[in-house]
Amino acid sequence: MIKKKMPLASKLYMALIIFFLYAPIFVLFLYSFNSSESTSVFAGFSLRWYKTLLNDTESIKALYNTLILAVASSAVSTVMGTAAAVGIHSVKNKWIKSTAMTVTNIPMMNPEIVTGISMMLLFVFVGRLVGIVNVLGFWTMLIAHVTFNLPYVILSVMPKLKQIDRNLPEAAMDLGCTPIKAFIKVILPGIMPGVISGMIMAFTLSLDDFVISYFTTGPSFQTLPIRIFSMTKKRVTPDMYALSTIIFAVVFILLVLVNVAQNRNENKEKGVGK
Amino acid sequence: MKKIISVLVTVFMMILLNLNVFAFENESYYDVPELKGTSINVYNWGEYISEEDSEEDGLIDVNAAFEELTGIHVNYTNFASNEDLYAKLKSGGASYDVIVPSDYMVSRLIAEGLVQKIYPQELPNYKYVSEEYRGMYFDEKDEYSVAYSVGMVGLIYNREMVDEIPTSWSALWDPKYAGKILMFDNPRDSFAIAQKLLGQSLNTTDQVEWQAAADQLIAQKNFLQGYVMDETYNKMEAGEAALAPYYVGDFVCMQEVNPDLDFVYPSEGVNIFVDSVCVPTNAQNPEAAKLYINFLLDPEVAMANAYAIGYATPNTGALESEDYAEMAENKYLYPDIAPDTEYFHDQDDITRNTMNELWNTVKASGENSVSLYIAYGVTALIIGGFLIYRTALKKYRESFYDA
Amino acid sequence: MNKDSLMKKIISAPYYLWAAMFIIVPLILVVYYAFTDVNGNFTLDYIKTLGSYRYIFLRSIWYGFLATVISLVIAYPLAYIMAKSSASVQRMMVMIVMLPMWMNFLIRTYSWMTILEDTGIINSMLSALGLPQVHIINTAGAVILGMVYNYLPYMILPLYTVMSKMNNSLIEAAEDLGASKMTVLSKVILPLSLPGVASGFTMVFVPSVSTFYISKKLGGGTFAMIGDVIEMQFQTSYNYNLGATLSLVLMILIILSMAIMNRFTDDDDGGVLI
Repeated sequence: MIKKKMPLASKLYMALIIFFLYAPIFVLFLYSFNSSESTSVFAGFSLRWYKTLLNDTESIKALYNTLILAVASSAVSTVMGTAAAVGIHSVKNKWIKSTAMTVTNIPMMNPEIVTGISMMLLFVFVGRLVGIVNVLGFWTMLIAHVTFNLPYVILSVMPKLKQIDRNLPEAAMDLGCTPIKAFIKVILPGIMPGVISGMIMAFTLSLDDFVISYFTTGPSFQTLPIRIFSMTKKRVTPDMYALSTIIFAVVFILLVLVNVAQNRNENKEKGVGK
Repeated sequence: MKKIISVLVTVFMMILLNLNVFAFENESYYDVPELKGTSINVYNWGEYISEEDSEEDGLIDVNAAFEELTGIHVNYTNFASNEDLYAKLKSGGASYDVIVPSDYMVSRLIAEGLVQKIYPQELPNYKYVSEEYRGMYFDEKDEYSVAYSVGMVGLIYNREMVDEIPTSWSALWDPKYAGKILMFDNPRDSFAIAQKLLGQSLNTTDQVEWQAAADQLIAQKNFLQGYVMDETYNKMEAGEAALAPYYVGDFVCMQEVNPDLDFVYPSEGVNIFVDSVCVPTNAQNPEAAKLYINFLLDPEVAMANAYAIGYATPNTGALESEDYAEMAENKYLYPDIAPDTEYFHDQDDITRNTMNELWNTVKASGENSVSLYIAYGVTALIIGGFLIYRTALKKYRESFYDA
Repeated sequence: MNKDSLMKKIISAPYYLWAAMFIIVPLILVVYYAFTDVNGNFTLDYIKTLGSYRYIFLRSIWYGFLATVISLVIAYPLAYIMAKSSASVQRMMVMIVMLPMWMNFLIRTYSWMTILEDTGIINSMLSALGLPQVHIINTAGAVILGMVYNYLPYMILPLYTVMSKMNNSLIEAAEDLGASKMTVLSKVILPLSLPGVASGFTMVFVPSVSTFYISKKLGGGTFAMIGDVIEMQFQTSYNYNLGATLSLVLMILIILSMAIMNRFTDDDDGGVLI
């Protein structure tokens, strides 16, 4: 393969887009070190907001809630979604299959706000029928998050299932495997990359979701996006900027590490190839 | 002897540092074993309580102190308007134990049976509620609500950006300041200003008067920078806008950031409000809610809250506190010459609908739909033309295959 | 074999149940609320009031459309440059594009306010350079900019995925046969990237049309979008029926737009390649 040098214009263009994507992030990074309470007037450098953040038990609890919800919802949706993908894949009837896929696509294609309000209507409706006054909370949020995560898991497992040779599990069963064993030994390893990428996607979506959470949240369980929203209605104090900066830094370091590891692996493989 | 004194002082200091510095009245009252480990849902306005970031000023973190004192966990969430609060309560999806609606919303909640009687006189600290704020028009028998905070609407202006000190609401209609004027993004507060300017009552039920007020607001729209609520904070602090109507307590906080800001109660009269603590009918833990309300009335706590949120307090204990002396002299919160004030009353359904519909008209006015239709037309033409071109090209190509 | 398909049916059963309960039933509830009044009686009153929201619908769709087209124009060259660069640059760029999505979008939008305001960063820079001020905040432009900013990664990533899988030999073949650069672009690259365009279009258009936070913060309350109106019905006005009606219409309009969009891409499939 001939390596072509990237033209200057391309480099400039890339730099411009990166600048556009990161300008607001840089601004909040800057203001997280503001010594005054404003997010629009920079008064001087201080670490005051990082200190405040440490004492801000509500925000830290919200972060904790967010993580719990993301872990729980991605786990549930990964298991259920993988099983669903296997089931849908094995369906022979074309009509049933396409109906199942259409229904699966709904939460993905529907505007988030519609998904959010439709779930809220359901919870409130059922709550009234059963006579529970505080139905909204962790469980309703979990249901909502699992629901919007499911299609992403299913759609990332599906293509991997299609790649598996249909004869392989059959051969395993002919050789005496039970269907369950054949599934675990043959199918699961084959679809694993899809399962993992589906899970990561579900985790990310759940972590960052605001709109659907907003309609299904209750007073006893606040996630970080909800807390930030209720703050932006009043005034965002720079300690939220500080928290965002920290989250950003953590994710950034993780991604760089993964990237470096991948690069090293690749170089190794190339070395072996030669 | 000196040594003993210094030891005593050290011990005393240590006690001060280790134990709670704040002493609350009647602490044994909060010692209710069966409520320990339970939780309450408190639903309050944003930035409307002394929180952890007020601790720098030596104020109590109210929720944390309550948790420590009683062992009751506080789930604290915020709402942005009385109407938000009402919608949440009505939906039935969530239950709260303590809420802080304003006057007119209290009467609406009472009328619809959404709040329960708490008989505030039975609370030990009720004695600190100033006579003036007992038995208010919305709860004449003092059964449902306890006054928490008092405020008025006024006009904030930036001294550097205006030519003369405004004294009338008409400043918000002054073309000189076009593009530098902000307005409330909620119907009741926005209409109130137009109504005062026109000399109407805030609680008029006359459709003609409402229409006149709406016309007044439409006339203002060209001069506006935007309809905002809490964005007012940043926009005024940064000098982004010159004039904005807002609540006095929030102004006091803004002035701390930008000393160029000043505040006036326009001569036509202003809206006054009392935000009161209530317990919803479907509260899950009403007994704990009462402890919380009593705690809010404690002079030390009320002082911290009044200081942190910057609104006038109806709590005599807080008003007389030495730590509050500076605020008690604040001429904006406690003006020497009381402005002409009027409370909001709950509206009947017809008036409320009229107001909401007129508000929609105000917000939609001046928008030019013709340009949008043209834009749609042009786009449709382009897309259509492209499709026709494609189809024609396909046909043309196919003609070669057919031949 | 029978046992195997039975097992697959059983493991996918929870998903079917879940989809019925939390995808289908909520949507039925939206329809139910749209056609009933507060007391649950059938009514067409809410459908009749839709006329007064005509303008807001038209504007939302128009802004969403503009934001999508702008995103496409910005993202297309970038995705192309990315796909052409070396593997390590590709990976780095994907990371750079995705990283902002890990930060809460509310707080990033909030930070744009600081940049765009009349006394904000852009204008302070302009005045420091002695240039005239520009008024951006609270204009339609600011709202569209907010949408482009927030959803640009959703346009870049599908385009990049499609382009990185593009067979280079097709381009080379076209070049060998004497096609000019423009011809290669319009006859080879563009048609091959259409699936990416279609999915990017969907992923930007749907959230842009239904957004309810961006318009409030960057539009200064003067550019209400349909999402804002729906949110208000649920969170402030306590008018679930009207909110459900508006959501239903929004859903139908989006399905229609998608159908038009699909026609557009389907039509090109194969036809141009020849």
